[in-house]
Amino acid sequence: MEDLITLELATLLHVAGGLMLGLGAVGAAVGVGVLGGKYLEGVARQPELLPMLRTQLFIVLGLVDAVPMIAVGIGLYLIFAG
Amino acid sequence: MASAEAQTGTEYIRHHLTNLTYGQHPDGTWGIAQTAEEAGAMGFWSVHVDSMAWSIGLGLVFLGLFRRAARHATAGVPGGLQNFVEIIVEFIDETVESIFSHKNDLIAPLALTIFVWVFLMNLMDLVPVDWVPELAKLFGVHYMKIVPSTDPNITMAMALSVFVLILYYSVKCKGLGGFLAELSFHPFPWKPLAPVNFMLEFVTLVAKPLSLGLRLFGNLYAGEMIFVLIALMFSAGFVFALAGGVFQFVWAAFHLIVITLQAFVFAVLTVVYLAQAHETEEH
Repeated sequence: MEDLITLELATLLHVAGGLMLGLGAVGAAVGVGVLGGKYLEGVARQPELLPMLRTQLFIVLGLVDAVPMIAVGIGLYLIFAG
Repeated sequence: MASAEAQTGTEYIRHHLTNLTYGQHPDGTWGIAQTAEEAGAMGFWSVHVDSMAWSIGLGLVFLGLFRRAARHATAGVPGGLQNFVEIIVEFIDETVESIFSHKNDLIAPLALTIFVWVFLMNLMDLVPVDWVPELAKLFGVHYMKIVPSTDPNITMAMALSVFVLILYYSVKCKGLGGFLAELSFHPFPWKPLAPVNFMLEFVTLVAKPLSLGLRLFGNLYAGEMIFVLIALMFSAGFVFALAGGVFQFVWAAFHLIVITLQAFVFAVLTVVYLAQAHETEEH
């Protein structure tokens, strides 16, 4: 009985880690996709704004990128060391 | 991984994620924790010696390098170091100028310090994960985490310092009354809704340092974690070791973007928050 419970807990941790990695990636993928598309649209419309838009792109990219990266860190910790 | 035979993978990861901690043992004596359990038992009154030493050391490297460049600055043909420093200073100066439109001499140097310092702290992540800890082990130091920004104590301390500056300039530019009025009347400018406004704006205010510190910590922690997992592959046979070498290079190349980006985002968000703190016109 004891073994069964610990086994289930370990399995659940793996599932939880997998969910964190996957769902975090989905959100960021949509976000970065929209962001990149709009960036290209903006540059195509007004190429002279390229340097300014690139800076802003990277700032927002860093913001969007952060949340799934945190999920990756916690998820990997749960899977391999939890 | 010199002592990998005696460790499991979990122990190896745990070992890499434990700081060298100095604090009070439960029996009342002061000293350095020998195991992760001892470090955990020390509770609040403990210091992560490695994080402190590396972050302060890297701060001194930054100051020394830029001071050297400034002292040897010439109007003639500049050397490599001067060129390099000029590029960084101009880049930060332009960025700050485009975001921050008020008069404050502190902001640009602050942004420069944060950018370069955080970048240097993040750069330690690219040093292969076993080099320095194994070297420290030869000198009898059991734990050594060389990336200060994977320690939430360091990132949250920086975020809290920025938060104090936000509060200081908010009160200085708007007055205490003006600051509280901005918190109370901002989304809905109707007096009976002031408590609701205040709760919403208060959460926004507190979320600023929290997200600032956790973003940097989360990114670097995840990066370090992946480097440790890759290092784990080196002891799993020749094919895995070869793949691990490729992974390490690819991840390091990608991480080079991440660490620069996160240092830049931390600096830019600091400037944005401080610009908001200087904003005095009524909404």
